[in-house]
Amino acid sequence: MKITVIILQAVLLIAASPFISGFIKKLKNHIRMRKGAPLLQPYHNIVKLFGKDETISKDSSYIFRIAPYVLITTAVAAALLSPSFFPSFQISGTGDIFVIIFIFALGRFFTALAGLDTGSTFGGMGSSREMFISALAEPAFLVSVFAASLAAGNTGISSLLPGGVFKISLVCSGLAFYLVLLAETARVPVDNQETHLELTMIHEAMILEYSGKSLALIELAGHIKQLVLLSLLVYIFIPVGSGTGFYIIKIVAVAAVTAIIEVALAKMRLFRVVDYLIFSFVLSLAAVTAFIMGV
Amino acid sequence: MESFIVDWRLSFDALSIFFGFVILLVAIPSWVYSIGYMQGLYSRGRIRFAKILFFFFILSMLLVVFSSNVLFFLIAWELMSLLSYFLVTLDSHEEKASRAGLIYILMTHVGTTFMTAAFLIIYSYSGSFDFIAFKETCLLLPSTIKTVVFLCFVVGFGTKAGLIPFHIWLPYAHPEAPSHISSVMSGAMIKIGVYGFIRFVLFILGVSELWWGNLILVLAIISSVGGILYALMEKDLKKMLAYSSIENIGLIMLGIGGYMVFIKMNQPLLAVFSLAAALYHTVNHAIFKTLLFMCSGAILKTCGTKNMEKLGGLIKLMPVTAFCFLIGALSISAMPPLNGFMSEWLILQTLFSGALAGATFPKMKIFLALLTGLLALTGGLAAACFVKAFGISFLAGTRSKKTETANDSGWTMKAPMIFLTGLIFIFGIFAAPVFKVLIDTVSSVSGLNSGGAAFTFNVMSLAPRNNSTMSLNSLLLFGILVITEVTIFAVVKIITKKRTVTCAHTWACGYYRTTERNQYTSTGFSKPFRVAFSFILMPSRKLEKIRDSHYHVKAFKYEVHTKQFLNEYFYKPVIKRLFRFAEWSRKLQQGSVHIYIGYIFLAIVFLIVFLKRF
Repeated sequence: MKITVIILQAVLLIAASPFISGFIKKLKNHIRMRKGAPLLQPYHNIVKLFGKDETISKDSSYIFRIAPYVLITTAVAAALLSPSFFPSFQISGTGDIFVIIFIFALGRFFTALAGLDTGSTFGGMGSSREMFISALAEPAFLVSVFAASLAAGNTGISSLLPGGVFKISLVCSGLAFYLVLLAETARVPVDNQETHLELTMIHEAMILEYSGKSLALIELAGHIKQLVLLSLLVYIFIPVGSGTGFYIIKIVAVAAVTAIIEVALAKMRLFRVVDYLIFSFVLSLAAVTAFIMGV
Repeated sequence: MESFIVDWRLSFDALSIFFGFVILLVAIPSWVYSIGYMQGLYSRGRIRFAKILFFFFILSMLLVVFSSNVLFFLIAWELMSLLSYFLVTLDSHEEKASRAGLIYILMTHVGTTFMTAAFLIIYSYSGSFDFIAFKETCLLLPSTIKTVVFLCFVVGFGTKAGLIPFHIWLPYAHPEAPSHISSVMSGAMIKIGVYGFIRFVLFILGVSELWWGNLILVLAIISSVGGILYALMEKDLKKMLAYSSIENIGLIMLGIGGYMVFIKMNQPLLAVFSLAAALYHTVNHAIFKTLLFMCSGAILKTCGTKNMEKLGGLIKLMPVTAFCFLIGALSISAMPPLNGFMSEWLILQTLFSGALAGATFPKMKIFLALLTGLLALTGGLAAACFVKAFGISFLAGTRSKKTETANDSGWTMKAPMIFLTGLIFIFGIFAAPVFKVLIDTVSSVSGLNSGGAAFTFNVMSLAPRNNSTMSLNSLLLFGILVITEVTIFAVVKIITKKRTVTCAHTWACGYYRTTERNQYTSTGFSKPFRVAFSFILMPSRKLEKIRDSHYHVKAFKYEVHTKQFLNEYFYKPVIKRLFRFAEWSRKLQQGSVHIYIGYIFLAIVFLIVFLKRF
């Protein structure tokens, strides 16, 4: 019974994840006074890509071929481990929130290798930058969770869930987490999913050589990762209301904020991202300090 | 002078047995590996010489960990240092190797000097060189003396372990030694420094002040971040691994520093947990670092270079080596569910539990949160470093002629690599039973009663905090990953049954095709890091354009160097001063007999006065 619900929950999350991306895109276009692609466009894209033949580089090895599978596996595994529609159902014995962060790192490791595998300059550039940003994002990522866990008294996901009341420490750590989320999901101040301009792309450069089903898997993994991170954000750092209904409302609200940020801001220069991520790290340390002060 | 008679008895307590196990775990595969590795590289006489040296080197390391008398310990220690010096300089026809050996032997003796000083200070109180006598004396030492002894031990054992700022010998000695020696040095010998530290500081001297632990934590985190940053800048495969050893020693010392801090915070349970996590990382690092050095040795043998910029495409030519290196790289970058991840996760849990527990130490919480952040940074940089190492050396096309003919080495070299790769999985998946053994080891040596049951939920699960429901079953985690992978693979296979896969050239922006010169390089890969961390790395670059005319650039030269912060601002000035002092003191040696007779006269006068006075 429990297993069924957990799997159902993960399947629901996977099924809903492209919708969030579509929603953000649609809202962005609305703000820009454009009509934009339909809400369900990400689903169409994935179906279309699954229906296409694949072309791969002659220089590449099996790493290039297995990387999309590893990436989607890590995303789905993270979906299995994290709370979403039915938060009271959890797999026990799979560790804590740190484990989820490390699982994402595994997917990224292989994507970065795949970027180098084709021997294209773009791929290498993308890998280098992706690893650069993620390495700098990691401290803020972990310490913001650390701060929230200190308040909860444990790092286990189920003990993080009940949340508490809004405190300064929670707001600081939540903001730090959100800044990292934007970086991890290749959102605007750090990266831009919409551009394929050679010199500015980061995540897209890394997966430039992919086509067909592999690209579909990578895109789907991106959607899932985004929704998993959003779920963690709303459960741990926004302790308002409970139940599936509230969960959906909160996710949509955060997605809307993301869309507004994407429209309002420009992408930063690569080396400005350092400041951005250090700010996030300092914010998370401030959260720990605030927690100790009891606010 | 009776006590100067060396007591040759061995003692086997849990800690010694653990380190003995680590040494053998590294030494036996390296021994097998060396048979294939040395063949063809050295003459037969030299191979025999190297084998004998290797045997005695391992023996001396075992004697260090099993000795129960300080004099015996020192003799074995010195033997270990000297034997490894000869092994480092096995390629003595190369100037680089002898220079590396010189730096190594100098630094290791600086360490030994401090160690001996510490031993003699304690001896002056105890009158005996026995470990037990030492331990009893240390309880009664005045606190200033204790601090001095502690600092001497930090320098002494820190030098052997390669802790920053005493690390400078490591990036010279490890890459220049033959690969099987590098793997033993990195996998086992630097751990002897850790052993000495645990034995003498933690269990003989005893932790008497909170700041001791804090000092170790700070040095540890500096080693971690610094080590991996320099590793990331490195394009020499073995040098990169040597720097990464510094990082891992930092992680191990983080656990040991945790023990020291938690003892003073009155958290014995946590202290045991912390030290066990450090020991777990010790054995894990021994496994994957040995493996990675073996892989780079295999590359060095077949390609003749260990410069990443000249490698590439090796995954197709040497698939076994590539796979082993990949697993090693994944493990050292703490990717679940491999062993490196398990120990790093445990260290992370240590820091978190410490922050949670120390209600009366609010500053400690912020400090531990900061350490967590820096530990996360280390993890991120390590992942970048090993993406670079694997991606540049093994993937894409070959970058030089010599690499094109590379092939996998013989079975004597492959078998130990495959064995160690298997161990990475085993130590990752069966983390809980292994960790339980380590907990028992620590609690039996330290006398702090905790019991392994406190941290294991059931046979396969780790539970870092015994009052919570959170536990990690690495077999379950592994199972989830594998089942998900298989399911997804099957689903994708079914829905894309009719689709074809064609091979074509990499997209070259419409140009004919890309060549290996378009591939990203190691230097290029680490460029963002070089810029972002320029305040530590102090990079300097040189651009040179060779022109036909004003408009046409014929060739382009680009050089980039990073500086070693400590070398520039500490070791170089110190060495300069030393030489200047030596120059100055040469004035004493005039060569004239009259002046020498004058010296003798002065000395006699001095002695007479001295004897009268005292």
